[in-house]
Amino acid sequence: MGLFADLRDSVSRVTASLFADDSEPKRIGIYGPPNAGKTTLANRIARDWTGDAVGPESHIPHETRRARRKENVEIERNGKTVTIDIVDTPGVTTKVDYSQFLDHDMEKDEAVRRSREATEGVAEAMHWLREDVDGVIYVLDATNDPFTQVNTMLIGIIESRDLPVLILANKTDLDDANIQRVSNAFPQHETIPLSALEGENMDEVYDKIAAYFG
Amino acid sequence: MPETTSSSGDGPQDGVQVDLISTERMNGKTSMEKIRLILDSVREGDIVVLESGLTPDEESKLIEVTMSEINPDGFSGIEIESFPQSETSNTTLLGRLMGAQETSKLTVIGPANQIQSLHKDETLISALISRQ
Repeated sequence: MGLFADLRDSVSRVTASLFADDSEPKRIGIYGPPNAGKTTLANRIARDWTGDAVGPESHIPHETRRARRKENVEIERNGKTVTIDIVDTPGVTTKVDYSQFLDHDMEKDEAVRRSREATEGVAEAMHWLREDVDGVIYVLDATNDPFTQVNTMLIGIIESRDLPVLILANKTDLDDANIQRVSNAFPQHETIPLSALEGENMDEVYDKIAAYFG
Repeated sequence: MPETTSSSGDGPQDGVQVDLISTERMNGKTSMEKIRLILDSVREGDIVVLESGLTPDEESKLIEVTMSEINPDGFSGIEIESFPQSETSNTTLLGRLMGAQETSKLTVIGPANQIQSLHKDETLISALISRQ
């Protein structure tokens, strides 16, 4: 895409923002690789501000196989209220092998079905990213190497669409969490540490959500 | 096509074919043509090396199309590796006017069950390629 196309897109975005209904909540996609804790975070945010959960959590990869939206989550910070829709998305990957589910005590038929649903979920997540989200919370498991191709590609896709992105280094409750490694992988973005499971550092997470997406 | 192959002889190939695809060959193709070219080769068990990588939008579509083609009896997806975008890449006004987006990054794509990334950093990608 050349400069003219960029200019056209920029004009379209400005025009859209001028006529946008400010009362319309922004859709914030929670993205990241499988098992990073995306649903745990979505549930934490939803429970803290609405009392409801978004979806089931599991240590088995691809537990979330459909994008799920929690609408009108009102987050109060410093006397102001920020209203967003949270979109919990399936973990993004470039490969799904049903045999990985056999290690989790599944029969082959169930594993094949789960892998098929997982592939549909990843495709759906990519579609949401291209078409339907206004900002991204990118969740990484801080105990894993963040320097993977999927992470690099997704951050590149998010940046190319000029979407605001907040990177969260999750699972800080685990001994081998390495927040600095996450920061080093994406130095162009701010990295916020947290444990979605334990609720550690959620105040800073909410401050940043309000600042980035409010 | 500029390509090298490590296989030889007739009959079932016992090597791994590597297709080195030049920027020139990819220029002028639509996003879907590029993705089709890549996935057709990878689904045959070949390794594709792109002299210039894909745009972020094309990468997004590559993931989406790959997911739609995974099946339990054969194709389990792709492994893809490329160098991270250099912060000093071409973002000049002239470059942008000419449509030269910052996509010039060597990219390796192969079947997920045949290629395994061993090491990756800003300057080196080391991968193990096995026969099917």
